[in-house]
Amino acid sequence: MKELSELIFNENLRYTEEHEWVTGNGATLKVGISDYAQDQLGDIVFVELPEVGATFGKGDQFGTLESVKAVSEIYLPVGGEIVAVNEALGDAPELINQDPYGNWIVEIKPADASELTQLLTVDAYRQLLRG
Amino acid sequence: MRYLPHTDDEIREMLAVVGRQSLDELFCSVPDACRYEGSMPLPAPMDEWQLTEHVQHLAEAMQVDHTSHVLIGAGSYHHHIPETIRTVMSRSEFLTAYTPYQPEMAQGTLQGIYEYQTLVTRLLGMDVANASIYDGASALAEGLLMGLRIAKKKAKVAVSAAVHPHYREVARTYLEPTCYEMVELPVGPDGRTDLSGLAEIGDVAAVAIQSPNFFGVVEDLEALGATIHAAGMLFITSFTEPLAYGLTKNPGSCGADIVCGEGQSFGLPRSFGGAALGMFACRDEFVRNMPGRLVGQTKDLDGKRGFVLTLSTREQHIRREKATSNICSNQGICTLIAAMYMASLGGSGLGELARLNYSKAEYLKAQLRAKGAKIVFDSPTFNEFIVEFQDDFQPVYDRLLAKNIVAGLELGKYYPEHKGRYLFCVTETAGKEVMDAVAGEVRP
Amino acid sequence: MSTANVPGTSGIIQNEPLLWEKGKKGRRGMCVSASDVPVAVFPAELQGPGVDFPDLSEVDVVRHYTRLSQWNYGVDTGMYPLGSCTMKYNPKINEKVASTPQLAAAHPMLADHLVQGNLQVMYELQESLAAITGLPGVTVQPAAGAHGELTGMLIFAAYHKSRNSKRNKILIPDTAHGTNPASAALCGYKPVPIKSGPNGILDIQSIAAVMDEETAGIMVTNPNTLGLFETNIREIAEIVHAKGGLVYGDGANLNAVMGIINPRKCGVDVMHLNLHKTFSTPHGGGGPGAGPVCVTEELTKYLPAPRAIKEGDKYRLDYGRAESIGRVHAFHGNFSVLLRAYSYIRTMGAENLKKASQLAVLNAAYIKEKLKGTLPLAYNRPCMHECVFSDALLQENKISTLDLAKRLIDCGYHPPTIYFPLVVHGAIMIEPTETECKDDIDQFIEVVQMIVQEAKENPDLLRQAPLRAKTRRLDETLAARHPCLCG
Repeated sequence: MKELSELIFNENLRYTEEHEWVTGNGATLKVGISDYAQDQLGDIVFVELPEVGATFGKGDQFGTLESVKAVSEIYLPVGGEIVAVNEALGDAPELINQDPYGNWIVEIKPADASELTQLLTVDAYRQLLRG
Repeated sequence: MRYLPHTDDEIREMLAVVGRQSLDELFCSVPDACRYEGSMPLPAPMDEWQLTEHVQHLAEAMQVDHTSHVLIGAGSYHHHIPETIRTVMSRSEFLTAYTPYQPEMAQGTLQGIYEYQTLVTRLLGMDVANASIYDGASALAEGLLMGLRIAKKKAKVAVSAAVHPHYREVARTYLEPTCYEMVELPVGPDGRTDLSGLAEIGDVAAVAIQSPNFFGVVEDLEALGATIHAAGMLFITSFTEPLAYGLTKNPGSCGADIVCGEGQSFGLPRSFGGAALGMFACRDEFVRNMPGRLVGQTKDLDGKRGFVLTLSTREQHIRREKATSNICSNQGICTLIAAMYMASLGGSGLGELARLNYSKAEYLKAQLRAKGAKIVFDSPTFNEFIVEFQDDFQPVYDRLLAKNIVAGLELGKYYPEHKGRYLFCVTETAGKEVMDAVAGEVRP
Repeated sequence: MSTANVPGTSGIIQNEPLLWEKGKKGRRGMCVSASDVPVAVFPAELQGPGVDFPDLSEVDVVRHYTRLSQWNYGVDTGMYPLGSCTMKYNPKINEKVASTPQLAAAHPMLADHLVQGNLQVMYELQESLAAITGLPGVTVQPAAGAHGELTGMLIFAAYHKSRNSKRNKILIPDTAHGTNPASAALCGYKPVPIKSGPNGILDIQSIAAVMDEETAGIMVTNPNTLGLFETNIREIAEIVHAKGGLVYGDGANLNAVMGIINPRKCGVDVMHLNLHKTFSTPHGGGGPGAGPVCVTEELTKYLPAPRAIKEGDKYRLDYGRAESIGRVHAFHGNFSVLLRAYSYIRTMGAENLKKASQLAVLNAAYIKEKLKGTLPLAYNRPCMHECVFSDALLQENKISTLDLAKRLIDCGYHPPTIYFPLVVHGAIMIEPTETECKDDIDQFIEVVQMIVQEAKENPDLLRQAPLRAKTRRLDETLAARHPCLCG
């Protein structure tokens, strides 16, 4: 397990207390998990993705990440409709371990973009992990 | 007592280390109100020789025993078991080992199970098999629950009335606390499942058909499978006699999505119905929904081939209430026994033994027909079939019992419409003289 | 203690390929009788092309499995201190009893009067388990502990349904085995987790806070998986009963308390036993086990049917009850396992069963006392038949519980239970059982101390372990990412 100082953070993202990240402010948003989350999970062996077209509310479980010995639920940071899932994760779930910020899990059309502002900034997320 | 190695001195020494005066004091955290008062009312202990004698008395109280010719199948089959299996499978490295959670020191069990899984997929024509469920009945129940999970929004399962009555009972027990409904499908005059009413039922996730069915009849699985898939349902097949697949088409080649059944025929004694062996297999696409343990191939740090339990996130110790099943202990060594049996028979042997069973059963059919008995169903059967006798068969049955032959199973208890009819099973263990003796007692 | 004195050593074992990587077409490993009847021709349209099994000779098969067995480690090989598994010695006389030809050949659907021996075994075993648990109604049908739990949950559901009481929740302690919530979920119960108190046991207030009339009851393991006796069990049972709920006892840890506690007096209504744990039947590499269920008089009518009863000096199967939850097994459960447990109970008798529990607890308490300076105790309280340590000291040296476990393999031991219960970080749960003698336990203690020292001075010995087993550490990630489940 990495020490706090070894963890990677991406300054441009918003985070949740459940260790998901969200990009940007376009018409669609991409969602993934943080370096802390992938480090805690260990080698990811399987990603359970939702169907394209499914809708979820903020904080709803939209999928799972499986390691050899554990299953982690992943929750949608901002409510919306799934417009794309990262198919590459089907054959290569390890991509999330290798580059958690470069490999998104789902892309959504947000129902209410203002929910983004309720999420943690990178500093607030760092603070959360410190505490 | 030979299983309790501590001497009085050692007990004293150890009590001193833990700071207690007596063995009783070890239980100071147990409230008085929880205590067992007095001694447990159990029979006095026996030494090895007394126990052997006692068990001999129990053995003598069995009117039907290993010397009897029991012409009953109905989910428990008499097949010859080679001595090699008894000898090798009683090796304590297999028998007294735990579940292989520490794979480096359990490669024997793990490779054994991997081989079993493989042989079962080849036998059943399926993509993947698990490391066992308790028996054919619980395997069917798990198969139905799996079908319901896969189909998601449907609330019913349909099960043929020609599936073993006890299997249907167990399925009902498992489904009782759920919101799912089990519908029974009728059996036609040909002894095969009648799917003509299937489309009307609606909301059915999966249909389960047993073949050969309880009446020994070989169902036309290919045709049934096509109908079931056309209706948008999953096709589950069940079996009680896996030897049949040495002769008939396997369920996988007929389109089965899930196959579950009983493997006792492969090297396990009948033993009053257990330990049994629930075989379970499915298509690749459903593997993450499958209950039970799975062994997979992998490599070690030196790149050497090895085997491990895998896809464990489906199971209770990780997924807890969201697991595909609650199963933990399975039938363990019974899977190795079945694999060793399949390995001993080999592909050619399996076919030969299956054909022998078929021929024997056909011979008895012919002999009984010649005595005026009616073979109730014309459809092809494997090694079991139902007979209707012209006269009351009970006196004949009693005469044969006196000759140490159990002539079939009367069906009234299980199927009122077949009251007075008998289900016969003939395997390679029944010699021609036994079958002639049975026919000989039937007066036309 | 040095590596030179540990019980484990290396020897010659053989490589052995997979079954289909050997053999030759035409070989045969067992007899198939010649036919004494005319050959009948099976209808072509139903016939299959035959099965692709390898053809092997008898020698091929015997060597194959003999070699495989030599890669394994059983209780007969050495100590197996797996917490909550009760890996006690499996008596050989039990094997002989279970293979008694007259009993082992019995077809399960024969008429009662033809199988009196087997019915007597079922009946007497039922009676013995009733005596041990204080719960008079017994079924021996469930084929495993989890199967017994399911049976128990089904009985809960039937009981509440008969009272028109809608209950959809069940209380489950955070130390519970995974089968508990899984079994509850199969019956539509939502598990409500209960946090154990700071002293490792359930406290009365946490139960009182959540128990209500929508809760079917509670599932308790006693002693719990931390090896601690749930001292508040009676009060907890009272709270649950007061709201119309039932108490389920998971009997996995019964080896600590046979003849010492009376589960009925603890307030348990339904409990399962693990014959392959407490009652010495062999684990077989994963099974078969047996999970008989014992219930109060009031709940007896819900038990699966049939059960063995005695009328005069005759035994028969009784199907009598309309309220029975039905069958959970096609026949009578794992009968050959029941025979072994029967043989064990007849061998031990009441006094020796109680002695077994006392010595099991003595052995665990002794290990706890001797190792508490070496590894951090999870809870510094009197333990029952097992003790739990955490990985705090190991972590200081960047060594994990897993590394310790793998090094134990090299030293000739099966490791203890690791990473369970979940409430202890890097848990190491040691259950020696009563069949380990003091000398072997002393040696085990010394080896653990040696390994913990190695963790400080030569941690690579742990990280690289095992080096002496058939394989080195296996890539479980690869196995899960790219499943290869048949050859």
